[in-house]
Amino acid sequence: MATAVATHAHPPTSTGLDHRKIAIWAFIGSECMLFASLISTYLIYKGRSVVGPFPHEVCDPAVLGAVKCPTKMNAILNIPVTSMSTFVLLMSSLFMVLALAAVENKGKPGYEGLLGSSKFWLMATAIAGATFLGFQAYEFTSFVHEGLTIRTNLFGSTFFTLTGFHGAHVTAGVLWLLTLFAIDVKRGLQPKDALLVDISALYWHFVDVVWIAIFTLIYLIR
Amino acid sequence: MPDHHDTFTHTNPEIDVHSMGEVHEHPTWKQYKWVAIILTVITVLEVWAYYIPSFVASAAFVPILLIMSALKFAIVVAFYMHLKYDHKLFRALFTGPLIIAMATLISLLFLFGKFAGR
Repeated sequence: MATAVATHAHPPTSTGLDHRKIAIWAFIGSECMLFASLISTYLIYKGRSVVGPFPHEVCDPAVLGAVKCPTKMNAILNIPVTSMSTFVLLMSSLFMVLALAAVENKGKPGYEGLLGSSKFWLMATAIAGATFLGFQAYEFTSFVHEGLTIRTNLFGSTFFTLTGFHGAHVTAGVLWLLTLFAIDVKRGLQPKDALLVDISALYWHFVDVVWIAIFTLIYLIR
Repeated sequence: MPDHHDTFTHTNPEIDVHSMGEVHEHPTWKQYKWVAIILTVITVLEVWAYYIPSFVASAAFVPILLIMSALKFAIVVAFYMHLKYDHKLFRALFTGPLIIAMATLISLLFLFGKFAGR
């Protein structure tokens, strides 16, 4: 059973829709093209690095003339760690929709206690986002220690650019969530403020779907 | 007599917000929970597939991973971003650029010979 959601009063527009929501969807549309260009660049240069480290295991005895892979030929991507960070980001999207539902349904039956606490869910989302950034910081640091920087090879350049841009988006999202949390603490977010949370939620979920694409295309597909 | 702008003030109590295309139904928290479980299961399957050498070596590996990823993408957009329930203009604003982005990506991969010899 679905929940009917109260709408927010705003001036009539030529489209009959709130301009702020149209703007965020248009922005997300433009972001699709930005990330598509970054992913394209990664995929075009994939497998064209002439020196290591490489993303996935490169071990072809026929080519290398060796039975055992040299160290530089081993995979640098840490799939277990990235899987954990992917799970954290997916859960953050769940927390975000629960934050929005808490604001929209504040004071309604069934939304008492933790489920109706927008503060809790907003902070949980921000913490999950910060945790994802922590995983990314760990990954970047370990890559640098293994000799992969943005200047090392084509993989390093395209990988750090793509995931760095995504990380910057997550950082902006965390700051946005913390701002909403501060507003909620100061005066309490009410159902009439649901659009503010809805817009930030759309941005947050977009950051999540971009990672869904990155995780498969960059990390899992060899 | 009020001009056109006066009739559309921010505080006009007669504005029928229900006619502005924004009244929609969102899933309940139980549905959100199930969406999260489905997303987690698909992610586990993706990672599991990554660790099966025979499957990785097969021709089905890449298409199946792409399908699972596209499924996750669609579920988040439809349920968490509420595009399934929202106005069709929002759908157009998202899917239009997404189609252009995908077409550009695939065109660039063809242009740079990524599909050559496969």
